[in-house]
Amino acid sequence: MSTQASRSAARLMLSPAVILLLGWMIVPLAMTLWFSTLRYRLLSPGPVSWNFPNNYTFFVTDPAFVAALLNTLVLVVAVLFITVVFGTLLALLLDQPMWGQGIVRIMVIAPFFVMPTVAALVWKNMFMSPTSGLFAELLKAFGLTPIDFFAHYPLASVIAIVSWEWLPFATLILLTSLQSLDREQVEAAEMDGAGPVRRFWFIALPHLARAITVVILIQTIFLLSIFAEIRVTTNGGPGTASTNLPFLVYLRSLSQFDVGTGAAGGVVAIILANIVAIFLMRAVGKNLDA
Amino acid sequence: MTSTFRALLGATALCALAPAAFAETLTIATVNNGDMIRMQGLTADFTAQHPDITLEWVTLEENVLRERVTADIATGGGQFDVLTIGTYEVPIWGAAGWLTSLNDLPASWDADDLLPAIRGGLTVDGNLYAAPFYGESSMVMYRTDLMAAAGMEMPAAPTWADIRAAAEAMNDPANEIYGICLRGKAGWGENTAFITAMSNSFGARWFDETWQPQFDSPQWAATLDFYLDLLNNFGPPGASSNGFNENLALFQQGKCGMWIDATVAASFVTGADSTVAEHVGFALAPDNGLGKRSNWLWAWSLAIPSSTDTPEAAKAFVAWATSKEYLALVAANEGWANVPPGTRASLYANPEYAAVPFAQMTLDSINAADPNNPTVDPVPYVGVQFVAIPEFQGIGTQVGQIFSAALAGQMTATEALAQAQALTTREMTAAGYIQ
Amino acid sequence: MARAVTPRRKAITTAAAWTIGFVIFFPILWTILTSFKTEAEAIASPPSFLFFDWTLENYVTVQQRSDYFGHFWNSVVISFGSTLLGLIIAIPAAWSMAFVPGKRTKDLLMWMLSTKMMPAVGVLVPIYLGFKSLGLLDTRLGLVAILTMINLPIIVWMLYTYFKEIPGEILEAARMDGASLRSEILYVLAPMAVPGIASTLLLNVILAWNEAFWTLNLTAAKAAPLTAFIASYSSPEGLFYAKLSAASTMAIAPILIMGWFSQKQLVRGLTFGAVK
Repeated sequence: MSTQASRSAARLMLSPAVILLLGWMIVPLAMTLWFSTLRYRLLSPGPVSWNFPNNYTFFVTDPAFVAALLNTLVLVVAVLFITVVFGTLLALLLDQPMWGQGIVRIMVIAPFFVMPTVAALVWKNMFMSPTSGLFAELLKAFGLTPIDFFAHYPLASVIAIVSWEWLPFATLILLTSLQSLDREQVEAAEMDGAGPVRRFWFIALPHLARAITVVILIQTIFLLSIFAEIRVTTNGGPGTASTNLPFLVYLRSLSQFDVGTGAAGGVVAIILANIVAIFLMRAVGKNLDA
Repeated sequence: MTSTFRALLGATALCALAPAAFAETLTIATVNNGDMIRMQGLTADFTAQHPDITLEWVTLEENVLRERVTADIATGGGQFDVLTIGTYEVPIWGAAGWLTSLNDLPASWDADDLLPAIRGGLTVDGNLYAAPFYGESSMVMYRTDLMAAAGMEMPAAPTWADIRAAAEAMNDPANEIYGICLRGKAGWGENTAFITAMSNSFGARWFDETWQPQFDSPQWAATLDFYLDLLNNFGPPGASSNGFNENLALFQQGKCGMWIDATVAASFVTGADSTVAEHVGFALAPDNGLGKRSNWLWAWSLAIPSSTDTPEAAKAFVAWATSKEYLALVAANEGWANVPPGTRASLYANPEYAAVPFAQMTLDSINAADPNNPTVDPVPYVGVQFVAIPEFQGIGTQVGQIFSAALAGQMTATEALAQAQALTTREMTAAGYIQ
Repeated sequence: MARAVTPRRKAITTAAAWTIGFVIFFPILWTILTSFKTEAEAIASPPSFLFFDWTLENYVTVQQRSDYFGHFWNSVVISFGSTLLGLIIAIPAAWSMAFVPGKRTKDLLMWMLSTKMMPAVGVLVPIYLGFKSLGLLDTRLGLVAILTMINLPIIVWMLYTYFKEIPGEILEAARMDGASLRSEILYVLAPMAVPGIASTLLLNVILAWNEAFWTLNLTAAKAAPLTAFIASYSSPEGLFYAKLSAASTMAIAPILIMGWFSQKQLVRGLTFGAVK
């Protein structure tokens, strides 16, 4: 199908993106790798000196490291599950004919427009606060004791907030993809007697497979670096219950401008992210073709 | 050339020679606290005196601002001409030579008028590196009506035992009134600040003279046990994620019998947004009779980075914003209760200011804190509710996370202190303090 | 022809959709309502929903205190600038990967995505130093550059997905009719790709609009966008919920409006009946 001309044209069109991303990635990556081998504390007196592999061992032998890794993975998997499942259902619903479709769509997409810090603040103070939050008021109205969400379920609370923020993203991409579903196929199946569940499972879902894969991949990248919501609500606590890897890097390095340890933490985070990405590609990568 | 055109040329030439050639722009980084915002509103006074200086503001939330400004000054970025920093940064940055000395401000600025504790906290090696904009300590704010109903009186200088008794008496969870509200949210400036100041009054210290952490000492055990006992028995639910704002909201809605926190909260709890404004009394932060009270000390101050290219204009601004005349300006425009507190002795000698209900208590609280000698036993650091080393932001927040977990019931006080000890030792060794 | 949808089914769908939409939208609705309350009312417990003293004082204060339009303009320039620049670079790249795939296409895609894996907190200082030496601190150009780089992988991925949906037969038919590469892209591909491009544009503009790490750390007074505007209203020592709500509403409003207008583009169906 592709001629020699179109293949070289393709390579030409691909090159600006590749070159730019290459430059963007290599320069900071090289600097980060370099800094991770140094003892470089911006705020402390003393010379910058060679410190490999101490930065890495310091970061990885941290008692909080394993907890942070687990929290990161739990956060990512939970939010992915919630957003993909509910996003698919919502996209199916919004695809149906109804009155006021435009307004409903905007309502569903709106959480994505809100800045994460503001979203976290609103959820923390107006909903989840055990003394003055809406959930507390609801529970009190039923005669139950209010739940202290951030003390007893810190990670779950963060997951709830992040899911709310990212559900619109998944819904929008899946809805847009649904628009290109061949309706004739669906009608033919219906006339053949297939019920809605079978129609979904055998026709809509394979069509959505690629979009779901893209949603999973893109969201994973973002969810691996969730930071603002944690800082605003729990500051990683209580203990390390809601500390994820970026927050750990922040605590150990940026807060005291310890560039060396921060860079080492950054490299560890990249390695983790790449491992997750390889897994994901194995699992869902084939959906990208076809 | 027409005569009009020639006139225009001449006018243009004159404009080029005008004083606009000497115009300077100051970029000022500031926090979004009420007093700073008021200052921004009053800059017309400064611009009238210095028409050739333009002011540009960068107003950010405290934590973000600290991060932003630190990144800039540590890399020599040169983005700002005037910084708003606190008694934590000044000793570190002054010692590193990143700030311009303010010893050469005009005599009329009257450096000797500054409160000694504040001045001491902003001076390194005899150089004043920042001009205090407002100062604060901590004190007890309590509900006079609830104390009266319980038949108790709050002494002006209570002990921790008095506080506990009062909290027990006022505690009424069935009516959503909690005996005492204290900070519990994790953060070096949130719960760690409060507990550190509290520990000073129990005779504890963060490090001994060889920088060994002291969390395994009996004094720290006593501090944490008392703190947990107070909040678990007489505190509001969700205390482990309550910071200043959450406690302020609780107090203003009448749900706290007592609140020990920053003196600046006084103007909030007696202000228009508070439902209990008429029933608030003040007392000094408590002690245990060991010679140190649990007051803390903080001053938001204006400093000038040494990398600035407009030092004279910056000094003019700093001098204006922290001068006696500025205090009078605020009083004239917004009333004495809104004058930035805690910096100058002359303010407190002024009879009109003395009429403000919490003025005297604020002054006494500030005078009771000494950042250069914060603890009963000697220590190698300065700072009352913090340790003025760069690593403290990270260590303080992590220890705060541990204390917050203990408050949430996830570990005992003994476990918490053991973890804090291990963590701090590890960090201090990596940082090179412990050989 | 599609089977006619009964009014009853439409009513049930409408009810279900509106309920769910309302629940999801509720926190934002709450923020907007709070922006009309006084500060005392904003923290009152039990909270009041609709019956309180509505006031505009927060908007007045916010408008007086900070330069909304200056920040707004910076946000517009930065978000649209970086997204449009990203689109210009990404559309050809995505085209080539979707229609002329090579053996290494998938690896290339994964590598592009992996450039986003570096946590921003770890590279703040190197980037800050780099920007300082290039004189890009506190410039809109610097922010456009960095946001383009950050979002380019996402733009490429999304466009790749949407381009893959377009059946290759149409392009082949056009080519066999003698269309050049340029007209193939402009007259055949572009119209069918409009919903995909529109949704990519919208989502990336939002991502850039809300980006709150680099926009806060690399700007001072001149290039600060709305994220800095909002950051000046949240404080750890002061209750400004009503004003923060007002500031947030003012920050979200432009995007809500933009989202409303671009809706038609987002979900216009592709008419594949034409293929058969």
